Amino acid sequence: MKTDNKRRWNFKLTWPLHVMILPGIILVILFSYLPMFGLVMAFQDFQPHLGFFESDWIGFENFRLMFEYPDAKQVIWNTLLIAILKMIAHLIVPFTFALLLNEVRKQFFKRMVQTFVYLPHFLSWVILGGIMLDMLSTDGGLVNQVIGWFGLEPIFFLGDGDWFRFTVIVSDVWKDFGFSTIIFLAALSGVNPESYEAAVIDGANRWQQTWSITIPAMIPIAVVVATLSLGSILNAGFDQIFNLYNPLVYDKGDIIDTYVYRVGLIGGDFGFGTAVGVFKSLVSLLLIVISYRLAYKLANYRIF
Amino acid sequence: MHYRSTSYRIFTTANTILLTFLAILCILPLVHVLAVSLSSSTAADANLVKLWPMGFTTEAYKVTLSNELFVNSFGISVLRTVLGTLISLLLSVMVGYALSKESEHFRGRNFYAWFLVFTMLFSGGLIPGYIVVQKLGLINSIWSLILPGALSVYNTILLLNFFRSSVPKALEEAAFIDGAGHFRTLWKIYLPISLPSLATISLFTMVGHWNAWFDGLIYMTDSSRYPMSTLLQTIVVQRDLSSMSVSADEVQALSNRTVKTAQIFIATIPIIAVYPFLQRFFVKGIVLGSVKE
Repeated sequence: MKTDNKRRWNFKLTWPLHVMILPGIILVILFSYLPMFGLVMAFQDFQPHLGFFESDWIGFENFRLMFEYPDAKQVIWNTLLIAILKMIAHLIVPFTFALLLNEVRKQFFKRMVQTFVYLPHFLSWVILGGIMLDMLSTDGGLVNQVIGWFGLEPIFFLGDGDWFRFTVIVSDVWKDFGFSTIIFLAALSGVNPESYEAAVIDGANRWQQTWSITIPAMIPIAVVVATLSLGSILNAGFDQIFNLYNPLVYDKGDIIDTYVYRVGLIGGDFGFGTAVGVFKSLVSLLLIVISYRLAYKLANYRIF
Repeated sequence: MHYRSTSYRIFTTANTILLTFLAILCILPLVHVLAVSLSSSTAADANLVKLWPMGFTTEAYKVTLSNELFVNSFGISVLRTVLGTLISLLLSVMVGYALSKESEHFRGRNFYAWFLVFTMLFSGGLIPGYIVVQKLGLINSIWSLILPGALSVYNTILLLNFFRSSVPKALEEAAFIDGAGHFRTLWKIYLPISLPSLATISLFTMVGHWNAWFDGLIYMTDSSRYPMSTLLQTIVVQRDLSSMSVSADEVQALSNRTVKTAQIFIATIPIIAVYPFLQRFFVKGIVLGSVKE
């Protein structure tokens, strides 16, 4: 049977398959692989008018600078701190929210809540940045007005370093906690209702059911989400920070991506900017490989 | 019986209140923005507007929609969204179909697959990517917004998995025996079966294109070529109008608070319009990709 199939397939030429794949491959070569060769700039004192071939080779000088500039060190630290806090929050909040949502018996109410909380995920950080600048303004922004009702001083959310970090993490959770809940709800929809019925017969109350059926059903997904998020430990969220930050909070809010944009692309220091980018890409690659292995080992998860 | 215990009833009430609060919190900012945009300038500037317009007027929308720069950028956004989504979809379908074949039937399949997946793991980063686009002469061209990200490897994997799990092998075999080639099989057998998946992917791609702003910012040197998200970024977020070829009066008009909120709201309208359709599909789509046994 197998050989039969094979013979029949061999009669079919595979050239149409190569043709189908070709446009995609060309685009990937142009826009993904070609830039990888550009990484040689990281080892050069790159001058745009001289190009790759004429610019001076300076070895690891750019990388050495990266670990010596106090700026760059601070930026790496900011990135790690913000990214890790976000990772933790993005695990705990959706997990809890899914648990709470799971206890809702009225389907209509459940769907309404879901409709509302999923929405912010689809709005861009440009839109949200614009809204936040307006609402968080110390000059009568809505949030500071509410704070004023309690007799408190207005808070400089986007102008004070520590408040900036706080705002970045809270707003990021606000935007995505709903959407991140979907994956946990999907895990819960796979739980056999009979296990709850069996638990009731055994005399388990709601809390015991949650503790011994619902939570265990969500743990494997939580493990996958946690391990996979390791790969983005150097992604503190360029879109968000770029749209919220300002020179006042560079010391505590500047991250690798925004730094590369400012120093590299805007400042014109292509070699140094690329070196910082290479550092990030390599560490990320390493972490992604490790995290996928871990996810496979811990939860038998594979993407394909 | 446990549903009726007092402690559970208290929990249910508290839970309902908390969930309602969180749900409202998620749309409150949009309501506020809409209220400000429909209020009179004086009320808005005096910070009187909360969640309901004060001194109702659509003046801000009139100013926004009569601004040539803004209307033009809206057109660019529509164009990039339509063109970008069509091209992306075409690429993903073709690549996904080819890769859905087993490597014993399609030599080179695994090489192609890894060649594409590697781009998800490692990238040249911002600056080399920028230089390539520049060297290809795409600066200030709409193609710079479409081509670099046209092939989404992630979507291609979603489709590939869907093709493998949902298209009956027997149907495909029958098509081949009847003499259909790969293109015909893809068009007549695979696509009709995959319409819901294709709809999901298209909607997500559309939203991605509509929201994209950074590519416009770096690849367009002329603000009259900005897509709307980029224009909004410059006017509302950076508040930097120096690079724009607009008169002082227009600058004044554009930076008015009610006008800014009107611009923000106009940019969200398309997202809100497709949102009901999105919601119908995305649960399925996400489960398709992430929770695989």
